[in-house]
Amino acid sequence: MNNYSLTIDSITKTFGRRLIFKNVILKCEENGIWGIAGPNGSGKSTFVKCLCGIISPTRGKVIHSLNNKEIEPEKLHNHIGFVSPYLVLYDEFSAEENLHYFAEIRGVKYNKEKIDYLLNEFLLYDRRSDFVKAYSSGMKQRLKFIFALMHSPELVILDEPISNLDNSGKEKVYKIVNEEAKNSVIIIASNDDSDLALCSSILDLNNYKND
Amino acid sequence: MIWQILLFFIIAFVSVAGIAFPIVENPIHWYEFPLIPGLEENAKIIFFHVPTSWLTVIAFFMSTIFSIKYLRKKDLVDDAKAHTAAQLGMIFCILATVTGAVWAKFAWGSFWSWDPRQTSIFALLLIYGALFALRSAVEQEEKRATLASVYSIIAFVTVPFFIFIMPRIMKGLHPGSADDTHSGPVVDFKMNSNMLLIFYLSLFGFTILYYWMWKVGYKSLIYKDKLDKQIK
Amino acid sequence: MIVIWLSVHQSLILTIIKTTKGSAKIKMTSTALFRKDLASEIRTRYAINSLVMFIIVTISVILFSIGNEKISDYLSGGLFWVVVFFTAMSGLSRAFVSEEERGTSLLLQLIASPSTVFSGKLIFNLILVFSMNVVIANLYTALFEAFVIKNLLLFSAAFLFGSIGIAISSTVIAAIIAKAGSKGTLYPVLSFPILLPLILILIELTKMSMDGTTFEEGMIEVAVLICYDVIMISASYLLFDFIWKD
Repeated sequence: MNNYSLTIDSITKTFGRRLIFKNVILKCEENGIWGIAGPNGSGKSTFVKCLCGIISPTRGKVIHSLNNKEIEPEKLHNHIGFVSPYLVLYDEFSAEENLHYFAEIRGVKYNKEKIDYLLNEFLLYDRRSDFVKAYSSGMKQRLKFIFALMHSPELVILDEPISNLDNSGKEKVYKIVNEEAKNSVIIIASNDDSDLALCSSILDLNNYKND
Repeated sequence: MIWQILLFFIIAFVSVAGIAFPIVENPIHWYEFPLIPGLEENAKIIFFHVPTSWLTVIAFFMSTIFSIKYLRKKDLVDDAKAHTAAQLGMIFCILATVTGAVWAKFAWGSFWSWDPRQTSIFALLLIYGALFALRSAVEQEEKRATLASVYSIIAFVTVPFFIFIMPRIMKGLHPGSADDTHSGPVVDFKMNSNMLLIFYLSLFGFTILYYWMWKVGYKSLIYKDKLDKQIK
Repeated sequence: MIVIWLSVHQSLILTIIKTTKGSAKIKMTSTALFRKDLASEIRTRYAINSLVMFIIVTISVILFSIGNEKISDYLSGGLFWVVVFFTAMSGLSRAFVSEEERGTSLLLQLIASPSTVFSGKLIFNLILVFSMNVVIANLYTALFEAFVIKNLLLFSAAFLFGSIGIAISSTVIAAIIAKAGSKGTLYPVLSFPILLPLILILIELTKMSMDGTTFEEGMIEVAVLICYDVIMISASYLLFDFIWKD
């Protein structure tokens, strides 16, 4: 039923004069976990932002298709979940309010069952009505996972997923990621070996640097 | 090279002719201009004021065209072209404002009187100023190009208001503009053929000059860019 | 001339409607974004506080500078829009600047399409401008004896469409400066040339309504105002994609 596929058709990105990566080709046609590797500053974050359409590549195309039909860019955001250290949630709302507003702004139903399950899994259920500004950075990171997964997206992008997390948090993330990989494409951008160990295939951005 | 020399002669001739040719009541010789009642000697500034304000508008228009082109293709060369056009537009805008103010001093009695055209050129000056302020505020090249393009397009769509609508609204503001023929287009009244010739020659010469400056300007920007790249 | 411009922009609007298919959904999501902004505003009171203070400050500065002098009717009408302009410049940039400052614009990019974001922010600024202008108008009529409107209908039309125009232009300029580096100082610099035709028309219309000109005579100016709103909103929607995406 879920025939999502992601095609990256030789994309190149330059910032002014600086080349970030060149002619990257990747095709994700079945559910599973893909990895993007590369040291700090190699353009992993830029690459994943290209994937979700926030940055447009200098050359090339990123094609998201569902059941062999390309997803309109206007609706793309409802098919993608995204976790990144740069992501900031609204401080002045509680976790639950945040999630409610996200669902409303996305125009999707607030899936209480799934969200409660995720809140429980990430040990945030008891503190769901606390303001996010009172959260620790690890708790914020876990809340970002709920934000990314709450609408059951077809593509989940995890940029450095385990930053700020303690060991039990990491274990939890790996468990959830493995569960989600059954029904969605997951892309992990990281230089942490334990993250990359989850992936079935790894793309090293360092191989796409030469002019 | 040939046309540059030609351009030199045109501009030189226009400058000399525009300033030095006498204005007499009944022109007989080819170098004599007719007397235009109400303008008299002031009429000579027409050879410099009209081309500069014409180029201000042309530069603004070109800057918008290349901004649109940049947003479509995201090619930084287009941005360099738009930026150079805006820079030149700023220069000509200042020149047009100054020559216009000088003319206004002698024709209407004061340097500035918020005539519709003066208001429009003032707004254009503000737009150019804002555009440069915006450009200097953004570090990253692509973002700077995009934001400047968007701003110049937004500014461009407000221009019709000044051109078509301001004259209607401003007429109550200052005395003389409602029945003052000088604020209207000047080309079509009582210029004799030699005056018209010099006028069009001046318009033509300045336009070519502008085009040349623009070409040199944007090419130097591109070369500067390439050099920076090599150094890095 | 106006008719030509109106027809040109009617076609622009049609293209916008075509590009934003499923506009009902966009309306819903943008009102959700608006409700989020409103709730956030009620909690932080960031824009409202500065707006209210700015109204008080500008009006009192004008009152002090007038002192016991008697000012003419027209001048008081012009000063009214000066107060409106500067108050708008103090608070309206918040819509985008606050998202950019806190780093939440990435979040918004992930959950909403550009047109949703722009509509949501526009609704917020519309409400803000409108309530701000109502407050200013009431204070102004109470404090300035010279400010007497004879044709209330004409003034209301100017007030309504003027507020809409200010909201649209200031929203799109706010989006631009949020992406540019220096935020506070650039805002009035960029907004003024764009708002200048609007302000000139509004001052003219205010004068007319003070003179008691009939509504029919002021029709063309009101049409110009509507024209400005239509042109600005179509240009903003078309260009917002470019501003919003990095």
